[in-house]
Amino acid sequence: MITLEVDGKTVEVENGSTVMDAANKLGVHVPHFCYHKKLSIAANCRMCLVEVEKAPKPLPACATPATQNMKVYTRSEQAKNAQKGVMEFLLINHPLDCPICDQGGECQLQDLAVGYGGSGSRFNEAKRIVSTKELGPLVSASEMSRCIHCTRCVRFGQEIAGVMELGMAGRGEHSEIMSFVGSTVESELSGNMIDVCPVGALTSKPFRYAARTWELARRKTVSPHDALGSNLTAQIKGDTVIRVVPYENAEINECWISDRDRFSYEGLNASDRLLSPMIKTDGVWEEVDWALALDHIKEKLASSNIKPESIGAFAVPQATTEELYLFQKFIRALGSENIDYRLRQTDHEASSNSRVPWLGMSITDVEHLDRILVIGCDIRKEQPLLAHRMRQAVKKNDASLAFINSMTSDSLAQAAKDYLVAPSHIAELMCQVVKAVSGLLGRKMPEGFDDCKVGKDANHIAELLVSGSKKLILVGAMCRNHADRSKIEWLSHLLGELVDAKVGLLSEGANSLGAEIVNSLPGSNGLDAGEMITTPLDAYFLLHAEMGEDSCMPGPAADALKSAQLVVALNAFKGEVSEYATVMLPISPFSETAGTFINLEGISQSFGPVAPTKGLSRPAWRLIAALGKLLDLTDFEYQSIEDVRAQLKDHLDGLPAKLQMKPDLSSMRTQLKGSAHVGIERLSDVPMYSVDSIVRRASALQLTKEAMFDCVWVSTDLSTELDISDQDIVRVEQGGNHFDLPAQVDSSLMCSVVRVSMNSRASKVIGGVTGAVRITKLHSVSTVA
Amino acid sequence: MITSNPPFPVNSYGPDAVIMKDIDGLNWNLSEYEKRGGYQALRKILVEGMSPEDVIAEVKKSALRGRGGAGFSTGLKWSFMPKGEGQKYVVCNSDEGEPGTFKDRDLLRYNPHIVIEGMAIAAYAIRASVGYNYIHGEIWEVYERFEEALEEARAAGFLGNQIMGSQFAFDLYAHHGFGAYICGEETALLESIEGKKGQPRFKPPFPASYGLYGCPTTINNTETFAAVPSLILEGADAYLSLGKPNNGGTKIFSVSGDVVRPGNYEVRLGTPFADLLEMAGGMRDGNDLKAVIPGGSSMPVLPAEVMMATDMDYDSIAKAGSMLGSGAVIVMDETRCMVRCLLRLSYFYHEESCGQCTPCREGTGWLYRLVKRIQNGTGEDGDIDKLLSLSDNIGGRTICALGDAAALPVKSFIEHFRPEFEYLIKYKKSQVESI
Repeated sequence: MITLEVDGKTVEVENGSTVMDAANKLGVHVPHFCYHKKLSIAANCRMCLVEVEKAPKPLPACATPATQNMKVYTRSEQAKNAQKGVMEFLLINHPLDCPICDQGGECQLQDLAVGYGGSGSRFNEAKRIVSTKELGPLVSASEMSRCIHCTRCVRFGQEIAGVMELGMAGRGEHSEIMSFVGSTVESELSGNMIDVCPVGALTSKPFRYAARTWELARRKTVSPHDALGSNLTAQIKGDTVIRVVPYENAEINECWISDRDRFSYEGLNASDRLLSPMIKTDGVWEEVDWALALDHIKEKLASSNIKPESIGAFAVPQATTEELYLFQKFIRALGSENIDYRLRQTDHEASSNSRVPWLGMSITDVEHLDRILVIGCDIRKEQPLLAHRMRQAVKKNDASLAFINSMTSDSLAQAAKDYLVAPSHIAELMCQVVKAVSGLLGRKMPEGFDDCKVGKDANHIAELLVSGSKKLILVGAMCRNHADRSKIEWLSHLLGELVDAKVGLLSEGANSLGAEIVNSLPGSNGLDAGEMITTPLDAYFLLHAEMGEDSCMPGPAADALKSAQLVVALNAFKGEVSEYATVMLPISPFSETAGTFINLEGISQSFGPVAPTKGLSRPAWRLIAALGKLLDLTDFEYQSIEDVRAQLKDHLDGLPAKLQMKPDLSSMRTQLKGSAHVGIERLSDVPMYSVDSIVRRASALQLTKEAMFDCVWVSTDLSTELDISDQDIVRVEQGGNHFDLPAQVDSSLMCSVVRVSMNSRASKVIGGVTGAVRITKLHSVSTVA
Repeated sequence: MITSNPPFPVNSYGPDAVIMKDIDGLNWNLSEYEKRGGYQALRKILVEGMSPEDVIAEVKKSALRGRGGAGFSTGLKWSFMPKGEGQKYVVCNSDEGEPGTFKDRDLLRYNPHIVIEGMAIAAYAIRASVGYNYIHGEIWEVYERFEEALEEARAAGFLGNQIMGSQFAFDLYAHHGFGAYICGEETALLESIEGKKGQPRFKPPFPASYGLYGCPTTINNTETFAAVPSLILEGADAYLSLGKPNNGGTKIFSVSGDVVRPGNYEVRLGTPFADLLEMAGGMRDGNDLKAVIPGGSSMPVLPAEVMMATDMDYDSIAKAGSMLGSGAVIVMDETRCMVRCLLRLSYFYHEESCGQCTPCREGTGWLYRLVKRIQNGTGEDGDIDKLLSLSDNIGGRTICALGDAAALPVKSFIEHFRPEFEYLIKYKKSQVESI
């Protein structure tokens, strides 16, 4: 520990601390621009110059190491002169366009200029003009003359996003922040550059000129798009969420959020918001009032045509715990056990004794790992900020990071090693790893591994896993939808036990854990999501679900729904469900209701509504409670969300024990090798900006490169073999269906793999699952030209 | 290749020359260098046996001070290097970009092996196995000459493994810059070698603890390394006695401006300026001396009477109010308008600021524009004070010394020649040029 004095106050700081740290600890504010607690020290703005006793000149607080008995003066004459001098330099070329600047009112330069700037300027030369930069649909760099060259955005890219997409080119006063020639900013964390920019140089494109900061109400909420549970501040003008920024939570998202969390709010205000209950009569939709809509459902259910056991219910893991709890309670009260939230899952075999999918450790612990094996996972897209934690583990802890995947991971972590296999061979490779590990550790080989031949990759992975001390085996959400899901999970648990590693199972949506603990799952005689589609039922209830997008069997699902007598869609949007529903009930998206999400670490986070409900829409928990009461079902008397939460308490209290439960691996010992196809295989991912109904409607996100997935990605080897080039029209055949679409050659894919995304137009025809596919080139783009 | 390479008299650099002794412009190659006693110092260390500590102690004792500008004790700098195992580097700063300085260029062109030998000795002393010589981008032919010399040294076994049969291994590479002045700042130079944009690093940490690729690194100027072989061979005392206490050895001065024979002159430290001026042939056209910048454009200008009473060594020039710097002596006669001279300097720093930190990025442009408008005859009352105030706001507040380099000339020009600035503002024409 070091003891020093700042402005006459004594403070003790850790060794290696800076003067800035010491000042912060004392609550002494030292003005700064380039300093950011999560980024490396640049010391380039010089705003934090302070006087240090015995130093001949003022020193930057952010970069000056604190030393024993140092005396620092942050407000002395010398310090203030230096700070004022720097402020004058910063302002001479900064446009004084605060009244029309989007950052006005929340600008660090503006704030500090009040304290340190002069009332007039001594600069009467012409100001510098910096040209506009095009950085893509999310981040605006239209007013780069405002840039003060603090390089926070550059350092954010290098150090947090893991990819340097912006840099400072040029020299002297011609220095400019810009992207690589012809490139835009494509990081999935790019929006944070807007936050770290202290001035109005980088602004939010969707938000630009929508409001002044002081017009906005700020309310805290939780992200519904991934299982990290990022804390958000929703900013509301009138009744509308018009901006989302991070709410700092060191345990979860630090001060960052992904672009998906930041820009998805546009979906809340989509033009197809369902604002009134609607009933379809003779193929025509009609707006009705709530009483009529609910009576209609009561009437239909009472008719003898709908048998209770022939009622099916689809939920999505973006629903709140309260909604999922009441939804399953309602369906079960109707007499059906047919309920599922795993709409993309195909392998429903239990991998062990009722283990819930979770990270296996805390989010912050990920940074302290030294061995990470990730299986079947595009981590940057599934959990953007978990990928950041992994990069920190590599950077700070020199962790070894390995991926078993069908495409190179592009985790942007240094020295990440990819072991590529076709999707159907993942289980096979893992068997090999288990065998190799057993060999290295001198353990008795588990049963069922006798004919497994250990290859080079498996040996490498095994060597990695037997060394190290803090290890994680992480199974991606992509594996949740894999035909070998239960085998992969079982093998991961076995491997985890062997090498003493934590095992994490990632899942889709914000609230899979919530869905699991309230049992939003089929009962013992119930049908799972797939069976409810292949066995058409009399009636269906859908909670937030859009089967064309959220199911891995969109075609058959639509057929089943269209043939049912009653399809009640509880949804915030009508665009898709109107195609197959018979009744549409407008419910609130997460932003307009109270709710609870349980994140991948098992942290339960409750939130209230951040905006009033739109039109006649109501929170789903209220609606289900009302419907239950109307149908005279037992125990549906709920006055407030607290009444629902009281019933959830037992489930939540049991969660820690459930998370820590040791897997019983005796349940599955057969056919460990997995499906192991030969020939061309399909990889089927859920595109980052298609994960749920809100994101799918976020217009700016849909303009990003990540949303351009209506194509088939072909591995380089296959493209050579089949003579396919970019934009050639290719026919993809799977399960007897086919679809024609343009090709893209993708060098990251494993040689025998093509990628057709789950939410592409093709997927809606040929289905959304992995498996053997046929690829035929129809015509090349060059012959058309 | 150097196309024009006239032989010149062997005493062109002055009678007391050590580094440039017997140089005639053609005898740069290895065999000629060995004839002049080349690589004997390295041999003395490796074959006769001198420990790295002995070498450093010898250099310390010689009072050899950095020839690049700061004048820091070379032996002391070497002693800062950690003693333990691990990769270390020695780097030569030949990014000679300071206006008025042109000594390293001659050195590398006409006597490259002395730098190679000096670097090898330094590498031995600080236990570095790899070295780089970063050569200014605008002297391509010098870079090529140095590469040729490196090839000779490698072929002769003066570089590589087991040099002269010892266990000492040293690889030396040449690296050419692209002409950015800022890359002569030692940490920007390291960034540049690493393939990054040449921008100075914040110090501490200093290169001795965190240098090239994050490893301990010693960086010295070309001439500093060139001074080492003779120092080792003749001994520290002999070297020190060439100069004066605390200012050991000889120094090459690049004399430019209004003299009869501009050029490089190697003289003993402590030689009176008047003698140096005489070596350069005296003032051109019989004009009177008006001012001298004694250490390169970054150093304060001194008026004639001060200069004429000053000796050319670190301490004497510091006492006179300027710095020896890189040894670039810019001589100005009575016909020079000091505002115009300052304008040229201010333009240089404005153009060469790297743009990283605020005071220099914004301030150097402002200084230049202010001097320009004074020189144009559109200056206003208060501009001179504004120049001084801006200089104060830049100097001492930047990451590297370029900010100081831009501010010091402004302050010294105004300090010594303020009436010329006032005259221009008042009468809209130069006091000197209108005579």
